[in-house]
Amino acid sequence: MIDLSLTPEHELTRKTVRDFVQREIAPVIKDHDRRQEPIPFVLDRLAALGILGLAFPVRYGGQGMDYLSLGLACEELEAMDTHLRVILSVHTGLCAMSIFQWGTEDQKQRYLVPLARGEKVGLGAFTEPGMGSDVAAMRTTARREGDGYVLTGEKMWISLASRADLGLVTARTSPPSNKPSKDLSTFIVDLRARGVKRGDIHGKLGVRAGSTGWLSFTDVRVPLEDRLGDEGEGFKITMSAFDHGRYTVAAGAAGLIRACLHTSVHYAQARETFGGRIAERQLIQQKLAQMTQDYEIARLLYYQVGWLLNQGRRATRESSFAKKFATEASFNAANEALQIHGAYGYSDEYDVERYLRNARGALIYEGSSEIQTLIQAGYALGTRTDRPLRCELPAFTEREWQA
Amino acid sequence: MKIIACIKQVPDSEAKITASGEQVSWGEAPLVINPFDEYAVEGALQQKEAYGGTVTALCIGPESARDALKHALAMGADDAILISDPALPALDTLGAAHLLASAIQKIGGVDLAIFGRQTLDDGSGVTAAQTARILKWPLLSLAGQIKVENGVCEVSRVVEEGRQQVSATLPAILSVVQSIGEPRYPSFMGIRKASKAEIPVWSLADLGVTAPAAIVTRLRLVTPPTRDVKCEIISGETPEAIAGILVEKILAEKVL
Repeated sequence: MIDLSLTPEHELTRKTVRDFVQREIAPVIKDHDRRQEPIPFVLDRLAALGILGLAFPVRYGGQGMDYLSLGLACEELEAMDTHLRVILSVHTGLCAMSIFQWGTEDQKQRYLVPLARGEKVGLGAFTEPGMGSDVAAMRTTARREGDGYVLTGEKMWISLASRADLGLVTARTSPPSNKPSKDLSTFIVDLRARGVKRGDIHGKLGVRAGSTGWLSFTDVRVPLEDRLGDEGEGFKITMSAFDHGRYTVAAGAAGLIRACLHTSVHYAQARETFGGRIAERQLIQQKLAQMTQDYEIARLLYYQVGWLLNQGRRATRESSFAKKFATEASFNAANEALQIHGAYGYSDEYDVERYLRNARGALIYEGSSEIQTLIQAGYALGTRTDRPLRCELPAFTEREWQA
Repeated sequence: MKIIACIKQVPDSEAKITASGEQVSWGEAPLVINPFDEYAVEGALQQKEAYGGTVTALCIGPESARDALKHALAMGADDAILISDPALPALDTLGAAHLLASAIQKIGGVDLAIFGRQTLDDGSGVTAAQTARILKWPLLSLAGQIKVENGVCEVSRVVEEGRQQVSATLPAILSVVQSIGEPRYPSFMGIRKASKAEIPVWSLADLGVTAPAAIVTRLRLVTPPTRDVKCEIISGETPEAIAGILVEKILAEKVL
């Protein structure tokens, strides 16, 4: 049976996140974006409100809400500003959800609980200066030594690099072989450990209130018990982390389309040209109609992923659809919103120029549009199939999650 | 302490309200808890935290008004009651006050009933006073701070001239203003509890009253006329020249 209605829990989740961003972020976002400085209280507030641990069981420090709630929160966050959603993508999607999926009970207690409670902030560090989409080409190494590993290398374009307490880091544990996907392993790394250096990258086109940076590891000791999954399982873990990340990116992009639509409708009803409101002009209506349609499609695509995850089913394919469609549509929506606003849209007096700058990055991160296209073609041609993983993301079960 | 938060469900503040005949329409805008009443719930929860007790959210409205009550539950109210009856006519404030007073009496043992200062839709701001009058309880209106000690409630009223300290013995009716403190966000645990809560519905028969007849009737509703403002930028070589053109225009428009 198909039921696309939201429950009262979903509605209240949405309203709470929306009230929070409107009350606390709206007054300051423009200034922080302009100065390229994170809003200092954001992480603390997201933690205090429980948003950082929204979709994890209560016994792991979470709020016991389902995966669709996570998507709804992402939509509301990005409808205000992309950097807010990025926090959930990185802390929750890449880091905490991967530990929830692949971690031992001991790792969940030591790391998932503080992450879900927001006592610690997490990140995912996969990209390197010389590699992005080509995960198997990474050069950071983890050398086995005694009862642990020694990590050496560099990671780049890492969100929350300067803020996080711990990071999920994938590194090479075997020299390049003819089975490259078996050469990687993933580690939970204390980012305050000796040998870790980090910093922010400035001069980004968008997401300027967000922290994006670099990490460098020089002989960083990682105990054996902090390896996530088996040795050689890093490629699979990284890919599943991207699945979760893509879901949050897709949901957020739906929010960005909605924001573009909302502000464009307002402006079109107020602005006059040639003796009438521009909302009466069919060429403007066409843009608005496209945005409403894209918002609906983006929303339905991420709802589908939320639903699949709730059932405990893989959503690699559906996350790819949702991510590619919504991010591309959000970039187009922002571009058209700017066009509707004319010269005003080109200045930062209005929000749309920020929307456009923020939308662009999502066509690159968490798997570029081109990578998504290849994934989708692979499914279409039957060259790509989802083989069962040793650890799957647990299904949402109300009784167990909320106990 | 037994505390009641009286709330109403209203169209979202962003709704575009239009009137046609005697019908008011707010388009597809969602219905939400009256923003002023969120302060009432906040005030009630603060009193509960300070002195112990329970908070019950009370609302008159159709079935859909459950959502407003759920918001109050999610914020932390212990329980909620919906007053709803198919026989209920469109109520004026006095009619609503009669029903609320009956419900407060039916609940029994109430120490404080807290209202928002007004509603976002009708905005009359008198229901609290009318409820107090019907119950013959004191009214402490426009409270910005509340203190309860030995059965006496002392509030700091936020009035135009400044602050006024007044007190009354309990039980009492309060209306609160924004200075009470920003309404808290619902916690997710609260949201889960609220979503599962069974909200009892009290009908007119449950309250033992008949449908109150409206004393105030709406004769006519008019959509506010749209303002047709033309903006003209005056340019000139010097400020004096611009001022000269402006003066001529003002005189021509017969504003002066």
